[in-house]
Amino acid sequence: MATNFEKVVSLARKNSIWPLPFATSCCGIEFMATAASHYDLARFGAERMSFSPRQCDLLLVMGTIAKKMGPVLRQVYLQMAEPRWVVAVGACASSGGIFDTYSVLQGIDQVIPVDVYVPGCPPRPEAILDGFLKIQDLVNAEGLRRRHSDQYKELLAGYGIQ
Amino acid sequence: MSEHILLPEGSIEKQTTTLNLGPTHPATHGVFQNVLELDGERILKSTSTIGYIHRAFEKIAERRPLYQITPLTDRLNYCSSPINNMGWHITCEKLLGLQIPKRVDYLRVIIMELSRISDHLICNSIVGVDSGAYTGFLYVMQYRELIYEIYEEICGSRLTTTIGRIGGFERNFTPAAFQKLEKFLKEYPGVLKEFENLFTRNRIFMDRTIGCGPIAADRALNYGFTGPNLRAAGVDYDVRIHTPYSSYEDFDFTIPVGTTGDCYDRFLVRNEEMWQSLSIIQQAYQKVQEFKGADAEVFHADAPAYYLPAKKDVYTKMEALIYHFKIVMGETEMPAGEVYSSIEAANGELGFYLVSDGGRTPYRLHFRRPCFIYYQAFEELVKGGMLSDAIITMSSLNLIAGEMDA
Amino acid sequence: MLNNEIIKQKLTEKFPDQLTDWCEPYGMLTFTAPAPLNLKVLQFLYDDAELRFQFLTDLQAVHYPDSKGAELAVVYHLHNLVDNVRIRFKVFVDIEKPDVYSATALYRSANHMERETFDFYGVNFVGHPNLIRILNVEEMDYFPMRKQYPVEDQSRIDKDDEMFGRG
Repeated sequence: MATNFEKVVSLARKNSIWPLPFATSCCGIEFMATAASHYDLARFGAERMSFSPRQCDLLLVMGTIAKKMGPVLRQVYLQMAEPRWVVAVGACASSGGIFDTYSVLQGIDQVIPVDVYVPGCPPRPEAILDGFLKIQDLVNAEGLRRRHSDQYKELLAGYGIQ
Repeated sequence: MSEHILLPEGSIEKQTTTLNLGPTHPATHGVFQNVLELDGERILKSTSTIGYIHRAFEKIAERRPLYQITPLTDRLNYCSSPINNMGWHITCEKLLGLQIPKRVDYLRVIIMELSRISDHLICNSIVGVDSGAYTGFLYVMQYRELIYEIYEEICGSRLTTTIGRIGGFERNFTPAAFQKLEKFLKEYPGVLKEFENLFTRNRIFMDRTIGCGPIAADRALNYGFTGPNLRAAGVDYDVRIHTPYSSYEDFDFTIPVGTTGDCYDRFLVRNEEMWQSLSIIQQAYQKVQEFKGADAEVFHADAPAYYLPAKKDVYTKMEALIYHFKIVMGETEMPAGEVYSSIEAANGELGFYLVSDGGRTPYRLHFRRPCFIYYQAFEELVKGGMLSDAIITMSSLNLIAGEMDA
Repeated sequence: MLNNEIIKQKLTEKFPDQLTDWCEPYGMLTFTAPAPLNLKVLQFLYDDAELRFQFLTDLQAVHYPDSKGAELAVVYHLHNLVDNVRIRFKVFVDIEKPDVYSATALYRSANHMERETFDFYGVNFVGHPNLIRILNVEEMDYFPMRKQYPVEDQSRIDKDDEMFGRG
């Protein structure tokens, strides 16, 4: 049940998301193009790119995550404060992409829970913006008590996160 | 460099700080880790760890036919994918012994120089961002979009282009592509001039970058430096002049060379290379326009065993059908032998060592990646300098993690 | 004018009967040297006033599982920048005892390249200052580029090999 208070809070949250661009490879360059003036991510409220996980809301994982990088990604996710969302940008972050090898993590959802997957190799800036808008829809629809629900706690427990 | 105040021994308990720079850090372009040992703000020692994006390209390549390795080469230096693609195609053509028509060579030169401009733009503007000047980056990204549009007209994709085929291009450049190229050639010189004005004689930028991370020419050669980093140190080694490929000998251009090899020299060398690339593109475009009539329709070599035949021939002629089948099913066999071929990529000499045993896939493919080799000098470049100088040195070396780890 | 003939002649004078398998695939002079001599050959190519091969372009290995006793080949690509000549030489070692002298004292660029070769093939470079894995995770206990290992991760349980043509 969305009270007026929840609507206001959701509106404020969705229009001021601070992303953390976790750019590892080619998708990172497309993100740079998205953040630049032609496609302009800032008009959706993501003006301030926070590079510290303690201060960000959204973890944008862009690029291939190797098995060596997996624990680092997990560490960054654990440092984020609730409410936090994760977007897997690109084929490599979603499922390992074209790299079905011994050294690449086949999708970041092996280590952290993901909210939105943006397919593409690399996805066009319009696709990244589409993913961002879907996150905004999720933020809007989320109630204030979601993070305390049993379902959410079960999801995190499935990843071994307290 | 200002004087470092050395405290007398035993005065205060002297301890060094260990600082972890990366693998996720706003200033590192890609994922590599440097553990720095600092004395105040001076760097005493730096230990680097790479491999955070190791994707095993060389192992994957042993299971793919030659044309399926092109998408892998895209993802080496992803800021300038077309150069890597062209380098790979040139290597394959050397192994297979194909003769490439002049028009294809000139079109390849246009694409390669465009991507060299796009890579140097990223590198130089990111050096600006790391020293605090965000404007240059936003301004030139707009013109990188123009370059992306040209790629899109030709191959359909912006960043990881997989442009061209073994033997030429997949389709002729459309008039729209040439129009976009003309627009770029008209607008870009003014933009580059403005970008230069922001940085080259900017007092703050000069103070930040002069004397920062210098390297002597003979040490650079011993470390295996190539590309703009080596030319900034004073050695005029450029693969386009040394071993011309793709008809580079028909073009008139100079190679900018620096003196001290510090960050400012690297910035200036890359800047001047962009002007030279612009001049090469103009010459190549003129040469392409001189082909008239049937010659202007040539966009690939005559090699039906390796280049897909035209569809109308596939539907009507038997040999074309068989060639098409063999190529698509990956059943074309390549001659046995080993070849090393290199091109001047945006970061330096990108080499491909291809060993073939006569099968359908390479027996061994090794990428000689310039970033991987010159990154070894990083510890020496930053020792004794300050932490912020290490950041500027890292970005001026143009370290791309995808190329480093492959 | 330095060309392949002169290089071959000088090398055979200096190392009589020890360098074998001379060939020129695609114009690049290639030969094989015995494993204990690799540093001496590199040093000679570096110091000689006429040869001057003072730039190490590339260093890597190839695995030939069929040639018993000489399975791993370490391949050096050298470049004479002044006369613009390239040369390639190979050193074969047994896979049971893959010891090769490290070239880091002569070429600093060999440092990471030898670590990469060790990481992928297990070639032990004697005298290397820090021979540990560079690209793969440190806990890895096998050498992935050797021919017997597949490229896919074998500990994966979610991908159905039947659907990927590997059933």
